[in-house]
Amino acid sequence: MKNNHRFRRVATAALAASLMIGGLAACSGSGTTANAGAEGASAADIAKALDTETTLTVWGWAPQLEPIVEAFEAKYPKVHVNLENVGTGNAHYTKLQNAVKAGSGAPDVAQIEYNALPQFALSDSLVNLKDFGAEELKDNYTASTWGSVNLNGGVYALPQDSGPMAMFYRADVFEKHGISIPTTWDEYVEAGKKLHAADPKAYITSDTGDAGFTTSMIWQAGGKPYTLDGSTKVAVDLQDEGAKKWTGTWNQLLKNDLLSPVTSWSDEWYKGLSDGSIATLIIGAWMPANLESGAAGASGQWRVAPMPTYEKGAAATAENGGGGDAVLKQSKNKAAAYGFLQFANGPEGSKIHAANGGFPSTTADLQSEAFLNAENAYFGGQKINEVLVQASKDVVPGWSYLPFQTYANSIYSDTVGQAYGSKGDLNDGLKAWQDATAKYGQQQGFTVTTK
Amino acid sequence: MTTTSPVADAPPLVQSRKRAGRWMGWAFVGPFMAVFLLVFVAPVLYAFYLSLFQNQMVGGDKFVGGANYLQALGDPQFWDSVIRVSVFLVVQVPIMLFLALFAALALDSGRLRASSFFRISVFLPYAVPAVVATLMWGFIYGPRFGLFGSINDFFGLDLAEPLSSSWILASIGNINTWEFTGYNMLIFYSALKVIPAELYEAANLDGAGTFRVIRSIKLPSIRGAIGIASIFSVIGSFQLFNEPNILKALAPNSISSYFTPNMYAYNLSFAGQQFNYAAAISIIMGVLTVIVAYVVQLSGSRKDA
Repeated sequence: MKNNHRFRRVATAALAASLMIGGLAACSGSGTTANAGAEGASAADIAKALDTETTLTVWGWAPQLEPIVEAFEAKYPKVHVNLENVGTGNAHYTKLQNAVKAGSGAPDVAQIEYNALPQFALSDSLVNLKDFGAEELKDNYTASTWGSVNLNGGVYALPQDSGPMAMFYRADVFEKHGISIPTTWDEYVEAGKKLHAADPKAYITSDTGDAGFTTSMIWQAGGKPYTLDGSTKVAVDLQDEGAKKWTGTWNQLLKNDLLSPVTSWSDEWYKGLSDGSIATLIIGAWMPANLESGAAGASGQWRVAPMPTYEKGAAATAENGGGGDAVLKQSKNKAAAYGFLQFANGPEGSKIHAANGGFPSTTADLQSEAFLNAENAYFGGQKINEVLVQASKDVVPGWSYLPFQTYANSIYSDTVGQAYGSKGDLNDGLKAWQDATAKYGQQQGFTVTTK
Repeated sequence: MTTTSPVADAPPLVQSRKRAGRWMGWAFVGPFMAVFLLVFVAPVLYAFYLSLFQNQMVGGDKFVGGANYLQALGDPQFWDSVIRVSVFLVVQVPIMLFLALFAALALDSGRLRASSFFRISVFLPYAVPAVVATLMWGFIYGPRFGLFGSINDFFGLDLAEPLSSSWILASIGNINTWEFTGYNMLIFYSALKVIPAELYEAANLDGAGTFRVIRSIKLPSIRGAIGIASIFSVIGSFQLFNEPNILKALAPNSISSYFTPNMYAYNLSFAGQQFNYAAAISIIMGVLTVIVAYVVQLSGSRKDA
């Protein structure tokens, strides 16, 4: 029992210590003073920096970063890259945010997803890449990914991967029950009803509520729930027409018990994807590699089709996930860091990225014949990239995320998730989410308006 | 301590020895005190200091005095989490301690076959790391492919859904009971072992039966152990974190970000960058835990008197 007592004390201390570390970081927020004026560099400066003995630190978790770094070091032997995986998603952002607030300890380059980018860009933690001439690269990337890194007139990251949404479906399940592949959301709901009636264990899709999915669905429906005005004024409106359109469809699936109650990315989820009890997935174009590894048993059964739409024939989709790489203001060697971005997110890096299962954001790769015509054996030989590349062109423009999206997403399950749990009205959930998000924004000093 | 030269005359030497004796005690506990101050007192004080400030994404740091505490006292989410762990405490702890006591008495009765196997197998779950235990139970609880899913399927029922919001607290209680019954059993068992055999002999001569012995000798003798086990369990309940935090990945809608006070503080600081408010909540929870543990101890010692 003594042992236990000591354990508790250590545990308390560890908790307190972790608070302390966070607190230390919190207290020195003013440490990162922006170096006023242009801190950019010309192409010659960048080339020179890449030919000087330097060490760059890169934080990221994308598996493609490793081969990219290897190739980079081979090309620029004088630059040494320390690639560190400090966590995935939120864990990574927490560490990054702490380092930014502490005023030291941040890497030179960090992987940042599109939905987290505003948080770092608008808090003045990232280098505006326009100063390095990034504006010229605009045409190299798809419009939607370029739009995602373009915030308040600055360019804060170079896109790496993208996730235009499409519908992944089980051809065998649809065939078995004689259901045609839905192209509109109304057909999708009908297909869901038919499928569940024919086989009570089968569901049209699984969804227990996911912030990224919800925002992408609202995006596709034409909603613009988050608008930014400068860096301190935001408007949150999860009751707009787009949001209503989505809930109009999704409420039907939810209330009629047509959604598999299995949580995404869980073991059960992969089993459902393998055995056909989850018949479709509306998800980003980066999914194929996950299906191949997670649901290997269903090889040959999955196909890809365009995302269903609200109006027949009017193609529309949204980005789901994806991100790029950014240069931190704290970096001591911004020119070399930008040089790394040019490589990793440019033609050379994106080829390596695509070859390692990533879905690119670079138009050259998306248009290449080899990429478009690649037949994927897992998908029964379908040329899935044709569908996915078309999706990348059909992304509805004009979307933006909040400068505190990561927190907003963390309280999603407290609000919208409750509507999912009780099979209630998603509109009520969205309203609660909107209010909780707005409240947090106000606490953080933003001027927040809601509908 | 002053520097005493070896040639100093008698009285000062005695005095310095006395003084040295006083300091000698501190020298022995010094290493402990240093670590204690560094990893316990300092973080608590620092957390308190932090709790007096507010940090905003727009606006930076400012001193707000007790505003964070006032906010916490009127924060429905915070009280929601406190009430939840209190319910957990009132229901789960008695069940667990009763089971542990029963197992300890059974062991002590000497009537069990393979008693050492019984002892180790009841204790074993405590040796399983909480994270692993929770993941394992998470699989068992799974609605589609888990054990519960299979049972429901087999009987064509839709009875228990351990991961639904109405069952989740009971499911977590079950995991905790499984984990800690063996540990508490060992506390009780070791307390039972030190009861002098003469008491039993005397009871035997007086013609007391098994249950009379339990009621009049065993239970009163291990009251101290029961008190300590209760205090540990109270603290453990208030600090509930691992189990719900891991199950949240499987049941996101049943476990809110403010499911327990610790989870609330954790999410506030690590998802919401609200370190200061989280520090205030941690301090309040610390004080609450001390009060409840003290009340439990008082009520235990009153029976003693």
